[in-house]
Amino acid sequence: MILNRRQILLLLPAAAVAWDFVLAGTPEEAPNYKMTDHWWGMLLDITKCIGCGSCVRACAMENDVPDGYFRTWVERYHVEDWHIENPIVDSPNGGKDGFPPSGETGGKNFFVPKLCNHCTDSPCTQVCPVGATYHTPDGVVLVDYNYCLGCRYCIQACPYGCRFFHPDRHTAEKCTLCYHRITKGLTTACCEACPTGARQLADLKNPEDPIHAFLKTHSVQVLKPHLATGAKMFYNGLDGSVR
Amino acid sequence: MSKFEDSAHLTSLAVAFLLGIVAFVALRAAVIPKSFGRYGPYRGDALKEATARPLAYAGHEACEGCHPDVLEIKSKGAHARVNCESCHGPLAKHADDPGSVIPVKPDVAKLCVRCHSENIAKPSNFPQVDAKEHAQGQPCNTCHQPHSPGFDAGGKK
Repeated sequence: MILNRRQILLLLPAAAVAWDFVLAGTPEEAPNYKMTDHWWGMLLDITKCIGCGSCVRACAMENDVPDGYFRTWVERYHVEDWHIENPIVDSPNGGKDGFPPSGETGGKNFFVPKLCNHCTDSPCTQVCPVGATYHTPDGVVLVDYNYCLGCRYCIQACPYGCRFFHPDRHTAEKCTLCYHRITKGLTTACCEACPTGARQLADLKNPEDPIHAFLKTHSVQVLKPHLATGAKMFYNGLDGSVR
Repeated sequence: MSKFEDSAHLTSLAVAFLLGIVAFVALRAAVIPKSFGRYGPYRGDALKEATARPLAYAGHEACEGCHPDVLEIKSKGAHARVNCESCHGPLAKHADDPGSVIPVKPDVAKLCVRCHSENIAKPSNFPQVDAKEHAQGQPCNTCHQPHSPGFDAGGKK
């Protein structure tokens, strides 16, 4: 078969598209879990959080988080009248042991649970010099511990302070959104342990997920929206003082 | 006179280049893991490693399969939506081997106040008490059935 110039020019884009598929590789091998069918996020309802610290303890037990380090933690906010620029925030031991009474009697007081926002356009993956941190096809940001050099650049880059340096493994460490659980059809350890339903794992690609009804009827915000990180942790009842 | 009388130079250059290319391709193949690029610019097997972690929390579905009696009591009361392991702790090992791994009963004195002690930062509609004044030193389960603590739902002991 002899091709003329016109035919070759027509074939080239088709070949480029085909090559893209070759590069994308074969779909995942796990038979029951299809990554491309999911897009994980979480709903955090501040109006329901009681600061019991169950999530922090559950996370530590599920993922062997070393003492004094946190993949998730709870903050207590105290806002005096109009001073929303200067809230008083405390988080004794990440809220792991609950919160002793603050002694405050007035103002606005509430708890804010925090964890990795599993950003769609995450700053931490962009700065990694060796490509050790990455986005999974189902929207989770993970660290490849075999690739991580421990340069700590990602820890600096995360605007939410969600990463830490693992003291024994000497790599960056963060919330995996309990990837070993959600791929088996379970919810995360923190959501499992939350007694009030203040945390709910959400599959944004699943039209049956209750998050869609919730998002339609509530005023929901992500943390630091001005940074355009594409955060997927949706907070209900988020106060303007929360940073 | 031939056009390429010094073609030997070109041949050796070509061989050197070819060897260089072969060495590069071989090194690349040896160094880059096979699963690299399966899902994106990272090692695909790293996902498998993340998935392989053992569970600590079994999930409430696992509990409810064997303990429908507790589910029955719980589903009528105020603790209907509190998952088992929220109070009882991580029990995946018990779910895997119920015979030999026996869970320890939680200590009510510590357990209940973890959620229900008074704190101004808690939502005002959440039931909270000053434990010392409310219980007068008695354990909570003297009056309350932990699986269904409200008095109206037949939770009174």
